[in-house]
Formats: sequence, C-alpha cells, structure tokens
Amino acid sequence: MVENRPYLTVLSHLVVILGIIITVMPIWITFVASTHPIEHIMDGTIPMWPGDKFFENYATVLGAGVADAGGIPVGTMLFNSLVMALSITIGKIAISLIAAYAIVYFDFPFRMACFWLIFITLMLPVEVRILPTFAVVANLGLLNSYVGLSLPLIASATATFLFRQFFLTVPEELAEAARIDGAGPWKFFKDILLPLSRTNIAALFVILFIYGWNQYLWPLLVTTDESFYTIVMGIQRMTQAAESLPLWHLVMATTMLAMLPPVIVVVVMQKLFVKGLVETEK
Amino acid sequence: MAELHLSGVQKIYPNGYHAIHGIDLGVADGEFIVLVGPSGCGKSTLLRMVAGLETVSDGTIDIGGRVVNNLEPADRDIAMVFQNYALYPHMKVYDNMAYGLRNRGMAKDEIDRRVREAAGILEIEPMLDRRPNQLSGGQRQRVAMGRAIVREPSVFLFDEPLSNLDAKLRVQMRVEIKRLQRRLGITSLYVTHDQVEAMTMADRLVVMNGGRAEQIGTPIELYDRPETTFVATFIGSPSMNLLEGTVAEGGTSVALDSGASINLPDPRADLAGRSVTLGVRPEHLTPAADGSGMTLRLDLVEALGADTLLHGHLDGDERRLVTVRLSGHFAPGQDSVQVAATDAVHLFDRETGGRI
Repeated sequence: MVENRPYLTVLSHLVVILGIIITVMPIWITFVASTHPIEHIMDGTIPMWPGDKFFENYATVLGAGVADAGGIPVGTMLFNSLVMALSITIGKIAISLIAAYAIVYFDFPFRMACFWLIFITLMLPVEVRILPTFAVVANLGLLNSYVGLSLPLIASATATFLFRQFFLTVPEELAEAARIDGAGPWKFFKDILLPLSRTNIAALFVILFIYGWNQYLWPLLVTTDESFYTIVMGIQRMTQAAESLPLWHLVMATTMLAMLPPVIVVVVMQKLFVKGLVETEK
Repeated sequence: MAELHLSGVQKIYPNGYHAIHGIDLGVADGEFIVLVGPSGCGKSTLLRMVAGLETVSDGTIDIGGRVVNNLEPADRDIAMVFQNYALYPHMKVYDNMAYGLRNRGMAKDEIDRRVREAAGILEIEPMLDRRPNQLSGGQRQRVAMGRAIVREPSVFLFDEPLSNLDAKLRVQMRVEIKRLQRRLGITSLYVTHDQVEAMTMADRLVVMNGGRAEQIGTPIELYDRPETTFVATFIGSPSMNLLEGTVAEGGTSVALDSGASINLPDPRADLAGRSVTLGVRPEHLTPAADGSGMTLRLDLVEALGADTLLHGHLDGDERRLVTVRLSGHFAPGQDSVQVAATDAVHLFDRETGGRI
C-alpha cells in the first residue's frame, strides 16, 4: 500500500475532503444559524457566516428557556439527559460485566440457557417491547423519575455478549493462578478481570453513553413533568411550538449544546476507545 | 518442605472418561520427580489434581502428612508454574509476585523482604517495576518462578514450564530450575513431554501412558532396565529398536522374523522357543567385522559431529526400521552395513510388552 502516485494522492485527498464537507456542513449551518437573530434565518437565504447574536441566543436557551416550548431552561434538560445517559451507561456496564462473569466462570445449572435467553433479547429492540415496558414502569409508579428514565434501558444483551467474548479470550491459567494465589471469585473479578477489561469498558462506555444520550422515544413516553424532559425530546418540542413559527435560531443553539457532551466523551475517551476495539494482546 | 504421597489416585470425568487409573507415588522431602509421557497420558491432569485445580475421583493426596483432597489450591501449601506463565498482565512484576502473599494478609515488610529475596535469587531485580509484556520469554519464566518461590511452599508444581522457550534458553533454564530446586530443597513435581528434560532433571521419573504409571525409577534405572516396551521406546533418544523374533534352542540367540540372528550376551535357556520382542538401543549396535548379526540397508545417514546416526531397514523386511548410533564418523558410500548388538539387549514378551 505504500505507493507514490501523485494522481492517487490528489484523488484520495479529494475524497477525504468531500467526505469532511458532507459531514461538517450541516453542523456548520447549525452553528451559523444559532448565532443569528431569527429574522436572518426566516428571510429565505441561509447565512453562511456566523452572526453577532452568539452570546444572546445561548444565554437565552441556557437561562430562561424558550417560552413557546414550555420555558424549560436547556440547562435542566442537559442535566436530565446527563443523568439518564450516565445511569444507563454505568448500569449497563455493571450488569453486563457481572452477567458475563457468571456465564463464563461459573458452572451452574442452565448456564447456557441463561446465556441464550440473554442473547435472544438482542433481537428485540426497545421499540418492540415498549408498550409492556411502559405498563410495568407505570404500575411501579416510576413515571417522571430518573429511575423510570434509565432502569428499563439498562439490561443489555450486546454488552453482556461482548464481555463474554472478551472473558473467553482471557487464558484459563490466569484464573487458576489466581486460585492458587488465594484469590476468591470476588477478588479475581476485582483484581484481575476488571483491570483487564479496562479498555473494553471504555469502548463500551463511549458507545453506550451516546446510545443513552440519544434516547428519544422512551423519555417522550415516561415523562410528562417538564422538569424531567431530556434535551433530545426538548429539541423536538421546540420545533413544534404552538401558534407561532419555530424559533430556529434558538433550536439550533440548543442542538449545538445537545451535541456537546457526546463529543466530549468521544474526544476524552478516544484513545482507550480505539485500543479497546483493536487490542488483541492480553 | 514436606513429603508428598499419592495413593490410588483416580480421575474419572463426568462424561465417564477414565483419565487416571490409580496412581501410587511416594515423594521424599526435597525430591525432584518428573512426570513424563506422551500427550493425553494424564500427566498434567495428575499434576492439576495435586494442585487442587481438578477434583480427585478416588484415592488420597497427602502433602506433609495432611490429606488435601478437599482443600482449595490456596490452602494446600503448593505453588505452581504454568506453561504459559499465567502472569497477571496488568500488574508489575513486583505485584505479580506479591499478589498471593497479600491475599494471605501477610505484613507489608515481610512481603517486600520475600519478593526482593526471590528477585535476587532469580536475578530479576531490575525488572520489578516492569509489566510482563515488557519482558522476554526467559524473564517471564523467571518471574513465574519467583511467584512460586515467594510463597515458600511445601511442594513446587511445574506444568511444562519450558515448552514456550526456544531450544537454547530451554537448556539454560533447565539447569537453573534444577539448581534452584537443589538450593531451596523443595519437593517438586514436574510435568514434561520432553524425555531429555525428564532424564536430566529428575531424581526419579514417572513414565505415564494411558493414565497409568508404566514405570517409576531413577533415569538410569529406566534407561538400563525398562519394564515395558513403552518405557523402552519413550526413554532414550533416538528410540530403542524393537525387533520381533524367537529365542533359539539353548537361549543363546534370538532368531529374528526377518531371518537374521542376534546373540544374547546372557544366555536365557528358560526362554527357549518363546516369541519375544528384542530391544536394543541405537548406541548398543556396532558394526560387526566377522559377518555376524544383521544386515542393515541404509536409507539415511545423519552426521551429528560427535556421532553418526544410521537409519535403515533390515535386509528382508522393508518395514522393520532400525537406527544405529555410531560414535565418530562413518565412511560414506556404503549402502548396507552389518551390525551386531553389544552387551545391552532387552527382551520383552511379544504379547504383553512386559520385560522378561
């Protein structure tokens, strides 16, 4: 693959640049729109360069909220989303780690049955089981609560499966050496398995955080109290403002803010994330 | 430091596979016992039963006067060195060695003393702050040894610890392990499939085959007086030649099925007329000047420098392969050679393979 052909270099750069433009353009437009007063956006031409209302628009959404969308400050919604995303992520990782540990390292009756039971739930996305889940959550009185927002989404077949696959690659002798070293099941898990899973946990953290952050349908169903609205559903509500045109400049500012946390997570954990996906040496 | 006694030890897996058929073995304090045998003979299973990693189906394992059948590995006062070292990849060398001691709740300064002492013995002090993946194979091997030493166990268990090393390092580590074991005087059980390793390291050898101990004895005993054809061919390199024949009238020679005749150094009149397997080691065959012995058609000559290996088949029997080890050089260009057995000839029953 190490070739030096000028045309190829030019061509591949062109493709890369094109790809970047296609990806970045909408974000750029979003950003630009969030810095203009509403009139500039509504007059038919989309501005290409940032306007002068950056501080004003962002201060509005962060502080007072958008009156026509219920007036919930974006800060509250960001906080709700953060709580939900973190609960889902940490809960999923914790449960999956423990489940995979049980399936791989312990010999109990119906072990494979348990594994397959978990595995086949992979085939059922949230949307398929959303009505029964809603009924259960409603009967438990968990509507309009953080627990109701996150708990039903915590069980994860995917993460359990990934950890199981990883545990299977850990040499059996390691567990035996630990046994000889006097480490019981809990110590082995805590001292050896958990540190070895570090990169896998990081990779899953990134994926699951974004998954949790982007939840839309579920929060829409279980929250009626505005103080529990999450940012993703908040954006949707802003665009459907009653009896007036959507305040696009503020919607765009909110969108920019909603994008920020996942981006931060990816950037901060990028190194571990990539390592977790490619690392083979145990 | 302790004695190790196995009596009637059996292993039957839940699926009914009978892996170990009753092994009796007494190991003296400080003795170095090597379990040797081909793949699947049960040697590793036996070792793992002593370690406590496999349950004992029947019989008892006794370490230092204490039956340990139902004890956890950590409570058996043993230390084990694994084939792939099984070092904890995320821990520094120091922590790898200290981990077991910490789990026992040992005082920090005592742990430190032991780890540094073991590191001194094994010459790995400069590596204490490194991680296993920054070490070479030989160094990892030493760390694995160190992890065993710091426990100051009654019994050392080695599960093919040298098979992941290259040939040169293997010879070096072989000597080191043996020297270390001598110095520490710890009773040791060592599993290998390499008969050279077994012969050079063992005080006594246990040759295993199909879940049974074929023969237990010192390396020289096994070499000089193998009890079965299995031991005869397994111990010694190249393998002993086995030739079928019938003991002649008067018991002074064996008439081989291929036609040749081999003289017996000690006449066995009691065996006259009996069908036997005659065993003679390659190094105990010499060219016969007087035309006696058997004619060997040469297929291949390997010059090793100090000696020469002649590979051939018996005149009159294409399938009966024979190897001869000659000291010194061998004049090339010959396509057959007349060989006779010197003093060391072994006779085995043709049916049972047992020594007679």
